[in-house]
Amino acid sequence: MKKGRVWKYGDDINTDVIFPGKYTYSILEPNQMAQHALEDLDPDFAEKVNPGDVIMAGKNFGCGSSREQAAICLKYAGIQAVVAKSFARIFFRNAINQGLPVLQSEEAVENIEDREEIEIDFAKGEIKGSKGIYKFSPFPKSVLGILEAGGLIAYTKKKLEQKKEED
Amino acid sequence: MAQTFSEKIFSLKARRDVKAGEVVIVSPDYLLSHDNAAAIIQEFNKLGIKQVKNPQKIVIILDHVVPASTEKYAQNHQLIRKFVASQKLQNFFDINCGICHQVFSEKGFALPGKLILGSDSHTTSYGAFGAFAAGIGRSEVASLWAMDEIWLKVPETIKIELAGKLPPGVYTKDVILKIIGEQGADKANYKAVEFSGEAAKNFSLASRLTMTNMAAELGAKNGYFIPNEETIHFLEERKKEDYQIISSDDEAEFEEIIQVDVSSIEPQVACPHTVDKVKPVSEVVGTKFHQALIGTCTNGRLEDLRIAAKVLKGKKVHPAVRVLVIPASQETYRVSMKEGIMEIFSAAGCVVLNPGCGPCLGAHQGILAPAEVALSTANRNFRGRMGSRDSEIYLASPATVAASSLHGEITDPRTFL
Repeated sequence: MKKGRVWKYGDDINTDVIFPGKYTYSILEPNQMAQHALEDLDPDFAEKVNPGDVIMAGKNFGCGSSREQAAICLKYAGIQAVVAKSFARIFFRNAINQGLPVLQSEEAVENIEDREEIEIDFAKGEIKGSKGIYKFSPFPKSVLGILEAGGLIAYTKKKLEQKKEED
Repeated sequence: MAQTFSEKIFSLKARRDVKAGEVVIVSPDYLLSHDNAAAIIQEFNKLGIKQVKNPQKIVIILDHVVPASTEKYAQNHQLIRKFVASQKLQNFFDINCGICHQVFSEKGFALPGKLILGSDSHTTSYGAFGAFAAGIGRSEVASLWAMDEIWLKVPETIKIELAGKLPPGVYTKDVILKIIGEQGADKANYKAVEFSGEAAKNFSLASRLTMTNMAAELGAKNGYFIPNEETIHFLEERKKEDYQIISSDDEAEFEEIIQVDVSSIEPQVACPHTVDKVKPVSEVVGTKFHQALIGTCTNGRLEDLRIAAKVLKGKKVHPAVRVLVIPASQETYRVSMKEGIMEIFSAAGCVVLNPGCGPCLGAHQGILAPAEVALSTANRNFRGRMGSRDSEIYLASPATVAASSLHGEITDPRTFL
């Protein structure tokens, strides 16, 4: 169980404000990406965020471009999870593939305030805020494997090595 | 059992009957990437294997920042060229070809009944050819290069039935903007969208591509049209391989059917800073702007350039605006030159740029300064996308952008007909 402070935003937070397009092919190093996280939404975000913090948002978080940097910059900024009412499809996949948990809970978003300190229990599928405990559905098995491996590249590497041994 | 297009194509790929909601492990027919191939190569290199599994499936088209505008971009392109040579990839298109979605289509990879995945959110475009085409992330492309398989959920389908006939001065760009404005940017999240109805039958291939391209702005996993005669004819000389047309059964189960009468639509404009903030042109007429963009994977095709040129012919763009024109591909560029379209743009005072993504993603060729406003034929108007976070972007059809360029403010294109 990890504690973290909540940074709360609205609906339809798109990948351009999470990680601006002008950096997508010039910044390739994850820690540098983190310095530009949410730059066009909340310009001081990278300075004020602390490891273990949580992003909370409304519906359709991560809509727009397929750029995986949107997930990478949040992960390397120390974000432990993104909690939203819903996620855009490609961002959802990218986050999982980067080992960044993306949790869907309308209730948590409705009831938890900006800057509140919360705890997430991944094993139980619970988010604990000051006003109550909110459930999120556990991940399907295929997705859990990728998250546990720390992302898709590590997961694929493991699979390729297993295959080699079998051959 | 009656099936949707999506259920049929995934049943074929998974070699068993599947229904919407099921997760399948599949191999795509083609796998697109662009300048982000540089980042994909870095991920691939972490996998500990030397060779990609199926080189003939990999298509790489450089378009995002072409030619390279900085040393860093140049290094990315260099890395990609070296990888292409060492892996002996045949389907590589360098900086002299055009926007990936247009080149991919012209070179005959976008085929009916194929499963196409790409590390670009507008991969949905190829649904205009009757393909299932979806955007994925770059880790997934790296993993696919190595394993040639991926998990995907078979999506539910929203059918959009288009009735009526487009009025003069109104185009499919206006239709899709109207739909996005009414339905919202997450309407089709995780879902497939199928465009059908009498009006859809008559839409040209180029104008179908505008709609499937922007299906991504509804959150859709793919957008689909049943291929018509024009599509089949277009593919005759270009197709990379044989194909099979797949379409939904009449009795298939659709999650929702949305009816749209295109006869009553007027030109539409998406306002800052989201694509679903759409207004009829009459409500934004008079809005001043500094830069116009006619081009992109949404509206940079020959049909679009012809429409814009017709409006601009023999006239001069307003001295307070900079008008950028970008043909979607070299093929588009060459035909436009032969037709005298480039002459018209040049004489009108436009800046014609080389085929590519141009300033659409804010990397080069016309970055916006703070407080500047752009009017563009592109598909996205998110804050800061074309430059300063304090700039604004409006989206409209090529006709609206061309007409507005003459006045230096948003103008109803129907006044020019």
